Amino acid sequence: MAGQDKKGQTLYDKLWAAHLVKERDDGTALLYIDRHLVHEVTSPQAFEGLRLAGRSPWRVTANLATPDHNVPTEAVERSGGVEAIADEVSRIQVRTLDENCSEFGITEFSINDVRQGIVHVVGPEQGATLPGMTVVCGDSHTATHGALGALAHGIGTSEVEHVLATQCLIQKKSKNMLVRVDGELGPGVTAKDVVLAIIGKIGTAGGTGYAIEFGGEVIRKLSMEGRMTICNMAIEGGARVGMVAVDDITLDYVNGRPFAPSAAEWDEAVKYWRTLHSDDDAVFDATVVLNGADILPQVTWGTSPEMVLPINGIVPSPNDYTDPAKRSGCERALEYMGLKAGQAITDIKLDRVFIGSCTNSRIEDLREAAAVVRGKKVAANVKEALVVPGSGLVKKQAEAEGLDKIFIEAGLLWREPGCSMCLAMNADKLGAGEHCASTSNRNFEGRQGFGGRTHLVSPAMAAAAAVAGHFVDVRDWI
Amino acid sequence: MKAFTVLDGIVAPMDRANVDTDMIIPKQFLKSIKRSGFGPNLFDELRYLDEGQPGRDNSQRPLNPSFPLNQPRYQGAEILLARENFGCGSSREHAPWALEDYGFSCVIAPSFADIFFNNCFKNGILPIVLPAAKVAELFAAMYADEGYKLKIDLPAQTVITPAGESIPFEVDEFRKHCLVNGLDDIGLTLQDADDIRAYESKLMTTSPWLFREHIA
Repeated sequence: MAGQDKKGQTLYDKLWAAHLVKERDDGTALLYIDRHLVHEVTSPQAFEGLRLAGRSPWRVTANLATPDHNVPTEAVERSGGVEAIADEVSRIQVRTLDENCSEFGITEFSINDVRQGIVHVVGPEQGATLPGMTVVCGDSHTATHGALGALAHGIGTSEVEHVLATQCLIQKKSKNMLVRVDGELGPGVTAKDVVLAIIGKIGTAGGTGYAIEFGGEVIRKLSMEGRMTICNMAIEGGARVGMVAVDDITLDYVNGRPFAPSAAEWDEAVKYWRTLHSDDDAVFDATVVLNGADILPQVTWGTSPEMVLPINGIVPSPNDYTDPAKRSGCERALEYMGLKAGQAITDIKLDRVFIGSCTNSRIEDLREAAAVVRGKKVAANVKEALVVPGSGLVKKQAEAEGLDKIFIEAGLLWREPGCSMCLAMNADKLGAGEHCASTSNRNFEGRQGFGGRTHLVSPAMAAAAAVAGHFVDVRDWI
Repeated sequence: MKAFTVLDGIVAPMDRANVDTDMIIPKQFLKSIKRSGFGPNLFDELRYLDEGQPGRDNSQRPLNPSFPLNQPRYQGAEILLARENFGCGSSREHAPWALEDYGFSCVIAPSFADIFFNNCFKNGILPIVLPAAKVAELFAAMYADEGYKLKIDLPAQTVITPAGESIPFEVDEFRKHCLVNGLDDIGLTLQDADDIRAYESKLMTTSPWLFREHIA
């Protein structure tokens, strides 16, 4: 490695090289996977595949499982465990995960374990995802773990089976993209607003074929929770991989977590982890720069995350676009969302509010939302405002801080951890035509319920919208 | 996996950009623990006028007459013609499973989302990237000609139109090899088991913290 001519490497280059088992003549590579996270929706067919082929997991301790997509969030239904899940198909799926984990000897945080939660909240929280790791999961929001300086991305079920059986994936290297957010964020502007602004700028396919590293002063100052929010939505900009370089904030976050190394092993790990940043002379195939000071609180108005505006924006008209695909996309989105061109974002009335998801259900998110609703009441036109913590441990911490009481007194519902209304696989969903201020990651048609209308926002913006009954600029409230 | 060599099939349109995997197969159908049976719910929210649920008899549901797959001219289609960024969003492999179960073996679009693109190859579906202008031409030709078919020759890497035009396409050599021979990736990777073991034992020395047993 002493070659003087060696070109500077990006963080992605380093993580890739460190996990390369072999390069094949056909241009593909075998990449070693350090951590495989498993949930109930994308794994049953993979376990079935193993059984049919008579294979067993290559390295069973590399896997960690928890049910999240299907679990009910109401305390009463939840208290009865798996067998009390009212929806029969959901119950079978959660039970199947339990059975598969027990058959193959995989560690699982089952439905009522305090460590259960959304897989992308649980991994970092437990120290089960660490800097320098390759992390995969049958879920596109796996890029979340890249916030720790890991190479993390979502995979399909065939690849879940492939990782279980071989501890490797067949991969082709992506290109490098740097998204740099310079300067400072204004008060009331959060990581969620930053990532929505990035997607608004690069578009929903802007990162396709790239691994994105998020850098710049704004990212460096963000907490780990904020960095996870940003990496989480890399896929909404088309990139499978999102990452942030390791620094003191990363190390402070990881230190002391149950699965993290300790004592001498910790020191050894830190020595390596400190190298996990792009070199000064690293070359990126594409660079995108935003100025933090220009970013206002964001709200999506349409049916793709790139259809996003600052809170002072007005809903666009199809005539604003020259590209025919964009024009018809705008037309269809306006119709689906029940919005009129020229309407102010602040005029959009809400029927429901959802605070949760792998994007925004960590303790910091709940603190931000609670600070906004403290001493206030949910507006009369809001039928239901849900707060769903990302894990049992987040819930416990929030309750220790009294956040649950703040939410409940303001008229929000305090629920058990899970994916909940982000994708509405459980009972939490929107009715047709209902508008929802949601801290989740996708505003696709039908995502939160058949005919439901999703507006993606930060936790603080969702909380303010719950109180006002329509979108408001949270900066006026702080 | 079934092999893919040459396909001569009817083409159906999915004429909008950014078709996400939630649209291809809505989440309520992801609760199945099987790999098959998703075809009747492919594009469920566009195809039917009511909300679909797992286990419902789809033949009794009201169809959306304006959705192409409900129109007689596209019955039996095996090739889906689509627009930019097809398959974006969730990593659910249920999306290619639903396409395959319905009868599609090939999707042609100007661009695909990465995870979906990858998932197709694992399920005997060939995703073909063609320039946007070429895709637009194919859309026009298909709309103009009922029963429009394309011939896909994977070994030769060409799409052949009824007019006899031969359009070349790129495909990764390894993926082509697997599709043409219907090969299972896992078996191939396990041929490299010694390399994986060698890598792993090196890793145990350099990064022992990765091999700590779980705290149950």
